[in-house]
Amino acid sequence: MRKTYRFTCIVCPLGCSIEVEVEDGKVLEVRGHTCPRGKEWAIQEVTSPKRVVMTVLPVENGALPTVSVKTAEPVPKEKIPELMRFLASLKLKAPIKIGDVVTEWKGVKIVVTRGA
Amino acid sequence: MMGFPNVPTLSYDVVVIGGGPAGMAAAIKAKELGLKVLLLDENDYLGGILPQCIHPGFGIHYFGEELTGPEFASRLAKKLVELGVEYRTSARILEIRNYSDLEKFVLFTSPSGLYGVWARAVIYAAGARERHAFEIGIVGDRVSGIYTAGEAQTLMDIYGVLPGKEIVIVGSGDVGLIMARRFALEGAKVKAVIELMHYPGGLARNVMILRDFGIPLYLGHKVVEVRGKGRVKKVKVVRIDENLRETGEEFWIEADTLVISVGLVPAVKKLKKIGVEIDPATGGPVVNDRLETSVPGVFVAGNSLLINDLVDYVAEQGEMAAEGAKEFIENGGIESRRWTRVEKGENIRLVVPHYLSGERDVYLYLRVSKPMEDVELRIPEIGKRLKLPVVKPAEMIRLKLKEEEIRGAGKLTVEVVRP
Amino acid sequence: MKTRVVIIGAGISGASTARVLSRYENLEVHLIEKAPDVGWGVSKANTALIHGGYDDDPEKYPTRARLCIKGNRLWHRWVKELQIAHIWNGALIVALRDEDFDELERLLERGRRNGVPEMRIVSRDELFHLEPGLTREAIGALWVPIVGQIAPIPAVIALVENAVANGVKTHLETKVRGIKVENGEIKGVETNKGFIEADVVINAAGLYADEIARMAGIDYFEIHPRKGEYWIFDDDVPGPRRVLFPTPTPISKGIVVTTEVSGHLMIGPNAQDLPPEEKENLATTKEGLEGVWGGAKKLWPNLPPRNKVIRTFAGLRPEPTGGDFIIKAEEEVWGFINVAGIRSPGLTSAPAIAYEVAEIIQRDLGIKLVEKEKWNPYRKEITHFFMLPPEKANGLIKKNPSYGRIVCRCNGVSEGDILEAIERMKFIGVKTPSVDSVKFRTKATTGTCQGSFCRPRIVHLLAREYGIEPWKVTLKGEGSEIGIGDVKALLRGDEA
Repeated sequence: MRKTYRFTCIVCPLGCSIEVEVEDGKVLEVRGHTCPRGKEWAIQEVTSPKRVVMTVLPVENGALPTVSVKTAEPVPKEKIPELMRFLASLKLKAPIKIGDVVTEWKGVKIVVTRGA
Repeated sequence: MMGFPNVPTLSYDVVVIGGGPAGMAAAIKAKELGLKVLLLDENDYLGGILPQCIHPGFGIHYFGEELTGPEFASRLAKKLVELGVEYRTSARILEIRNYSDLEKFVLFTSPSGLYGVWARAVIYAAGARERHAFEIGIVGDRVSGIYTAGEAQTLMDIYGVLPGKEIVIVGSGDVGLIMARRFALEGAKVKAVIELMHYPGGLARNVMILRDFGIPLYLGHKVVEVRGKGRVKKVKVVRIDENLRETGEEFWIEADTLVISVGLVPAVKKLKKIGVEIDPATGGPVVNDRLETSVPGVFVAGNSLLINDLVDYVAEQGEMAAEGAKEFIENGGIESRRWTRVEKGENIRLVVPHYLSGERDVYLYLRVSKPMEDVELRIPEIGKRLKLPVVKPAEMIRLKLKEEEIRGAGKLTVEVVRP
Repeated sequence: MKTRVVIIGAGISGASTARVLSRYENLEVHLIEKAPDVGWGVSKANTALIHGGYDDDPEKYPTRARLCIKGNRLWHRWVKELQIAHIWNGALIVALRDEDFDELERLLERGRRNGVPEMRIVSRDELFHLEPGLTREAIGALWVPIVGQIAPIPAVIALVENAVANGVKTHLETKVRGIKVENGEIKGVETNKGFIEADVVINAAGLYADEIARMAGIDYFEIHPRKGEYWIFDDDVPGPRRVLFPTPTPISKGIVVTTEVSGHLMIGPNAQDLPPEEKENLATTKEGLEGVWGGAKKLWPNLPPRNKVIRTFAGLRPEPTGGDFIIKAEEEVWGFINVAGIRSPGLTSAPAIAYEVAEIIQRDLGIKLVEKEKWNPYRKEITHFFMLPPEKANGLIKKNPSYGRIVCRCNGVSEGDILEAIERMKFIGVKTPSVDSVKFRTKATTGTCQGSFCRPRIVHLLAREYGIEPWKVTLKGEGSEIGIGDVKALLRGDEA
């Protein structure tokens, strides 16, 4: 089945309106981009979109009640709910400092961005 | 004005008010320039609002890599400490007094007592406040479940409290969209983002959040009423026309939480009290290219100057203000052979700074009034033309002007027009 | 033997009565309130005026006419004894048309009959001297210098603190479900928290006074709610020095323009009669608020742009059948005293109402009241950090560093102020921590930003001091919790 995806490119402030033509998971055509980076991004958005995920985790005895964390690398978009459920069961104890890896999930490091 | 308070006094070249990105960058720069500097921040920790902005997107220009808010803050804080900049947290300004051009007095309170600081220059970087539900005329029940985006963010990402589970967000600016993602990630249902304008208010990368989480965006709509008992139960939305007038078309959305994200206002009440002139377009002070206000020796940076969309520019403004303070203290004032006034032309909502000395290169920060495509940014007085494929009110334009372009111009009119 | 007195309702009438009755040796006074804190009903949202007493027709409303001026005089003493924020700035009833003077003359005459001192008609010149910002269309006014303003909820809090210090017992979150009457005399009240024995019941239940009376078999009056809506502006918006009224019409007292005690311009109220069942309808409406705006503009043309609005709210006034206050011992039920229909000028009349009740107890119930040897008429105001001169503030911080830490930046409210408020909440028996309880005591969250910066910190402090999870802290009592659980509650599936 042929499908057209439309979105605004976020690679640079130009914000090109890009269209990607897809059939059976294969990219047929990319239109509307002005640079190769935009094209590459658009193809990835259609075939395997990824996001850096950030959240906070409760922490005991810290200066603040939570620490903030992020994934060390972007993770596939469709895996995010699973990752979030995994993180929901974590219990942390201070001291924790920025840059610490508190856990790993399917090989993705969970890195502290604000300590406690 | 009350008499001179009998409190312990301290003495510095420059006192920086606010320990967010603008204030920290200013204090670091001032120290590097050899000034004796004291930074004051009212929170218990440095960073201003950044520690609760846990999403990435910070620092691409300033640090050359993408960081989260807390990481950006911690980089600056680390540098501040390494340089030995003196700072105090939990220190809230009570009053600024301007005794003379080179004699400023700042009264502040802290858990160790009230102090007065004598300084030759003041850099004001106290950030902004959020507009709230009452300001935008929402009527109905006064119940729990109505939060500004920042308050919801503090509750979630500092205190670890989940405000609600069915969310309506008012305003499609960056903060509103980022909060939509935070709620959705934590398992809440974001039922709608309601935007008054007929175009989204945020950066494209944040508008993408709506697609990621399947959140409906209602352009040209507004929330007018909240009903509930104890807690929000439903909100009334009306469609508005091209002239932003309410049509009769309305509907209710059931939700337990209403997040208000309808813009920021520079927090400059204490500057107004010492007579600093305010630009109604930015809500912040009128400044020259050293970011000096109309009160000599009082400088301003960051969201107290104008609402920025990138922290990188906020930090950059902090440095500019510090350089200004240095020149002010050394020369007894900010000098120009001929000041050039910057004026707003077609489709320009705001532009900062307002006066250029022509003694150095500058950055102009500006916003357009309405979105346009394939336009030219022009300054006719100096024949400057810059092609822009697209301009949006949500995206601040930063334009570098060379010293020689400005010098002697007297007046520059910035406009965005179709060629 | 002590007489057990149960007062139903900790609003301004019940709290004033509790204070006055706390003076007597032979009374054991219980103050019952359904809300988690005191002063949250009718007393919470009104124009906060201490009226002059010229307005109430002694023929039509004899009790109102008598108690208003008496209450005004008593407040002059009570605000000092109890350190209640107030200002005696006087009122101007403004004439815009020649025929308005006829009405002002009538008010002047009525005021004289009610015993209101120092009233007079002022000319246009003197009027602008008294109030420079008034509309240029004003042609004269009635000047009533004894009018003042107080902060109503802080007044109720002060009264209850003083009453509790003098031995009154409070029962908050206690809802009356029935009144036990045997052989024509009061035996006690049934509540959601159990039975409370009583010899005397004082019904000061505000909007619900009719329902409470019916529980005792008394059904000759009904209370219907009348809604009034208000706007409040940021404290840098210039407001009047005096309380400004338009000349009243047969239909309405009109929209008041005033600078309330905290320094904010306030306009309102309108008046909308609601059906008796809408006693919780505190919703503001667009139409109502626009009406108030238009009305206020006639007296005060310089209303600011809408982005200077910091709050809008609505209050309900309890309008009784007949219009006059109902303050009496009911003959068919010995020991049941109604203090009902306390609509405007109820706040003003409250101290006089309280003494009236004491007199009724002596005169009509035949209980001779014996004064305590030691009774403390004084109550110390809560610390407001922002009001302290720097030297004094420094002294306080040295003793307790939390006074040096500012939580509410708009109003300069310190952590010390808030901790003191929490202590005072506990002192009068507040069991459910709420942000509103702190707000009414400290003014935190009532400034320019309306609490977006400080509310989370106040929640944090309340949670800590009450030993509960922060999301269980409420905005204004049960059902208004700040959150639904910790940040992972929904992901774990154990939603609150």
